Amino acid sequence: MGHRVAGSPRNTRGTLTPTPSQTVGPFFGFALPFDGDAVAAAGATRIEGQVIDGAGEPVVDALLEVSQAGQFARCRTDSEGAFHFAVAQPAEGFLHVAVFARGLLRHLNTRMYFPGAEDAALLSVDAGRRPTLIARREGEVLRFDVRLQGEGETVFLA
Amino acid sequence: MKDDDFEPPYLFPDYRATRLRAPQHPPVKLPDEWFDQASGPAFGRIPVRPEDADLTSGHPGQPLGQRIIVSGRVTDSDGRAVANTLVEVWQANAAGRYLDPVDDHPAPLDPNFVGAGRCLTDGEGRYRFVTIKPGAYPWRNHANAWRPAHIHFSLFGPSLASRLVTQMYFIGDPLIPYDPILNSIADPRGRELLVSRFDVETTVPEWALGYRWDIVLRGRRATPVEH
Repeated sequence: MGHRVAGSPRNTRGTLTPTPSQTVGPFFGFALPFDGDAVAAAGATRIEGQVIDGAGEPVVDALLEVSQAGQFARCRTDSEGAFHFAVAQPAEGFLHVAVFARGLLRHLNTRMYFPGAEDAALLSVDAGRRPTLIARREGEVLRFDVRLQGEGETVFLA
Repeated sequence: MKDDDFEPPYLFPDYRATRLRAPQHPPVKLPDEWFDQASGPAFGRIPVRPEDADLTSGHPGQPLGQRIIVSGRVTDSDGRAVANTLVEVWQANAAGRYLDPVDDHPAPLDPNFVGAGRCLTDGEGRYRFVTIKPGAYPWRNHANAWRPAHIHFSLFGPSLASRLVTQMYFIGDPLIPYDPILNSIADPRGRELLVSRFDVETTVPEWALGYRWDIVLRGRRATPVEH
């Protein structure tokens, strides 16, 4: 043991090259969901949304993960591209959101801000595109859609 | 992106599904402390049982196919072990069929195989799965398109930047040169990082072939440690 059979070569900076990403593909639905996956906290705020592609069609095979301050939830989109979460509003005012899908060779990162929440990161985003990061209240739920491409494209972060 | 970074692009037209899903805007780069170094998801609610690392177990019989052991080490860019992180895997059976209602490939399901596993890396970042070698399967990306045999991997690591979903391939697979998903990585050195090697040392006599595949998660410690 101890020798490297396969793995990353040292690069020019003397560090190891990160393993590249590949798509999650279409067939993760039997493997990645788990019981209670979309509910990070009981009695929490319900978040609903839809993932939309560049043709305005629902993305029916996406997986979203939200996290913040010890909370974590995962939801697969349904036949209408819809997802939902139950999350307690964290002090930070936003959730980290990761989007995985067939056709995404690398996953996308964004944030969902609760209505009225604001911080320096949000203000650093072009004002015209900023609303794509903010959930809006619709009755009892918060609505947050993810547009992968084209008009109203969600701001993705790195 | 640095010249020795081998991430695939978002838009790679040969992989048809990227065309309407790749964002047109580049991602907005946040300062490292807001993103790269932000704590990653607390994945502790995802259930992991010791038997989840053996995909050949849990059924009345043994699954069909070549029994293999896939193992390796998970490190950060500085080569330091990423301990106690969640590794999730999923794959097709030996006939190239997933146990997923979306998969309509007319190859047989195996009543003794689900094809999903989980484990936590140990204190030295090591993981190990017992499974069977997945089969190749057709997809409708282009005429006569076949995916090379692969196992999907999902890893968390310590930060947002270390989250990784990828695929592990097998050395010598004749379908590799034809696969637009792997070939979305332009540099052959990058593609090579996703190919596992046959390893006689982890091969168990009279029982299973060993394949080794080490994984490097993005990110390094914020403060370098002097040795």
